Amino acid sequence: MSAERIFHAFRRLRDRGEKGLIPFVTAGYPDLETTERLVLGMAEAGADLVELGVPFSDPLADGPVIQRASQAALAGGVNLAGILELVAGVRGKTDIPLVLMSYYNPVLSFGPEALVSAAVRAGVDGLIIPDLPVEEAGGLRNLGDARGLALIPLVAPTSTPRRIATIARQARGFVYCVSLAGVTGSQRGYSEKLAGVIRTVRAHTDLPVAVGFGIAEPEQVRKLAPHADALIVGSAIVDRISRAGENEAVSVVKEVVLGLKRALVKI
Amino acid sequence: MLPDERGYFGAYGGRYVPEVLMSVLEELLAAYLDARSDHGFQEEFNQYLRHYVGRPSPLYFAANLTRYAGGARIYLKREDLNHTGAHKINNTLGQALLAQRMGKRRLIAETGAGQHGVATATAAALLGFSCTIFMGAEDIRRQAPNVFRMRLLGAEVVEVSTGSKTLKDAMNEAIRDWVTNVEDTYYLIGSVAGPHPYPMLVREFQAVIGRETRQQILQATGRLPDYVVACVGGGSNAMGIFSGFLADREVRLVGVEAGGLGPETGRHAATLSRGRPGVLHGSLSYLLQDEHGQVAPVHSVSAGLDYPGVGPELSYLKDVARVSFTTAGDEDALDAFRLLGRTEGILPALESAHAVAEAVRLAGTLPRAATVVVNLSGRGDKDVETVAREGPQ
Repeated sequence: MSAERIFHAFRRLRDRGEKGLIPFVTAGYPDLETTERLVLGMAEAGADLVELGVPFSDPLADGPVIQRASQAALAGGVNLAGILELVAGVRGKTDIPLVLMSYYNPVLSFGPEALVSAAVRAGVDGLIIPDLPVEEAGGLRNLGDARGLALIPLVAPTSTPRRIATIARQARGFVYCVSLAGVTGSQRGYSEKLAGVIRTVRAHTDLPVAVGFGIAEPEQVRKLAPHADALIVGSAIVDRISRAGENEAVSVVKEVVLGLKRALVKI
Repeated sequence: MLPDERGYFGAYGGRYVPEVLMSVLEELLAAYLDARSDHGFQEEFNQYLRHYVGRPSPLYFAANLTRYAGGARIYLKREDLNHTGAHKINNTLGQALLAQRMGKRRLIAETGAGQHGVATATAAALLGFSCTIFMGAEDIRRQAPNVFRMRLLGAEVVEVSTGSKTLKDAMNEAIRDWVTNVEDTYYLIGSVAGPHPYPMLVREFQAVIGRETRQQILQATGRLPDYVVACVGGGSNAMGIFSGFLADREVRLVGVEAGGLGPETGRHAATLSRGRPGVLHGSLSYLLQDEHGQVAPVHSVSAGLDYPGVGPELSYLKDVARVSFTTAGDEDALDAFRLLGRTEGILPALESAHAVAEAVRLAGTLPRAATVVVNLSGRGDKDVETVAREGPQ
């Protein structure tokens, strides 16, 4: 079961007493070839799991950085089939867990059953669908369970304890805790409810907890690390890619990942 | 009565939104159900509809247009005579009263043609909310008079320059604001779209159109109409008038989508005629999209119909064949705009002109004893520049 790669990655972290780093990049930005080098580079620099964003025309949970990257990737002709090919290629070279983050419509259009099979074949370990709340997620979760693909749910600072309990019990892989009410890349600072939300999650599941949204700097990573098993950094990395240009992107991002991971090892 | 408990109309609807919004949607549903059964709330809403909006709006027999069409008698439901010039105010007052009940202090909304933006800004001014309206840059250009109106009413108008710079992008941006300010902000959706319970509550606030029309046509003709025709963008004016006749199986309901430059050109907004089911803006419904599930660019001369999605209840009514759908193109709408002006002295909104175009065509194929009711959902003051640019004919 490929979701096992996620399980083992978190177990290794726990055994070493370390917190995990999950960088996010938009697949196909600036192009699929660079994405492959980025994934391998981030793995080398200490990333514990990589989240690959599937570009969508209407990314309503994303801030401007990821919106622009998605638009550029779509303009370059990137689609799910191409991204799965990319994963298959990367899978030959690294064992790092790979999770796709996609809005629901590209998944629905591909066909949920066809996508789960194709994703498992390519070596994808999990799916994050930001606009598929637990009430609508049952079908896809069951398909994933049958093939060993984890449907990773999100909880938010606004989630009620009752919702958190339901979500945590149906979670697979890990639980993605959104640090703030807002879009990705927001700079408003994490919610004061976050610690309580994480406590409630842990009361209902033994799965690891990863925190994401608005996390950019080693300083923030250090502050949040005691609450979480892993931290997710997206917009800050995509922003560096957009400013670096194709040739420098990989080395710049490796350095960022190295800096963030260092903050997580020494706590 | 649909939707079911999970917000589904048959296979369509539901709640496809980020988790951060789920609790607030549950709160909204509870507040709405509570308000619906509260006589005081209904009384206050009805008072505003009567004395502020000017309801009931007339059902007008368009004798000259009927003569021109040469067949069935054409009646116009005059939503264009409402305060602020369109049906949108029915819904914004209802939802603003609901927002007040929920203790929210700020209203946000998306707008295409600007009619919903103006109606939201109006309700905000009346009831003391701060107000932010999201509008695509392209729509700000082509509906400039409504932008001035919103600002005069005290609303902040945020120009949206992402994507196609039209209604869909304004809605994306409104949702992003909502997830960020969910504690004190009420998202006042203008159509029967979005996550449950919006399609239901917008329909119910607009249902006054159908209730009045049914009563008025019975009074005028002694029987139900043969056809009821409405334009469909997201579908709020259509669901508003159709809801009054859904149970009357003998009344045929016709939704008119924007054919733009022609369905074969790919430059249209005919979601139900040319789309397939997908998820956008919180619900599963017909959607114009490419083979990879990316939302397709759409086109219509009317900013209010320039939207790739449609309300889930209309998708359901299409599948069960209770409503039939057709298209009217940009040229048809412009012709109908001029025609109604010349024959009846009424300038319709370009959105409503799509319905007028189909009604005239349809009436010509029917006997004189038949009746066709058209929802004239808005007035055309906002569109005179666009029509002038397209050249007088």
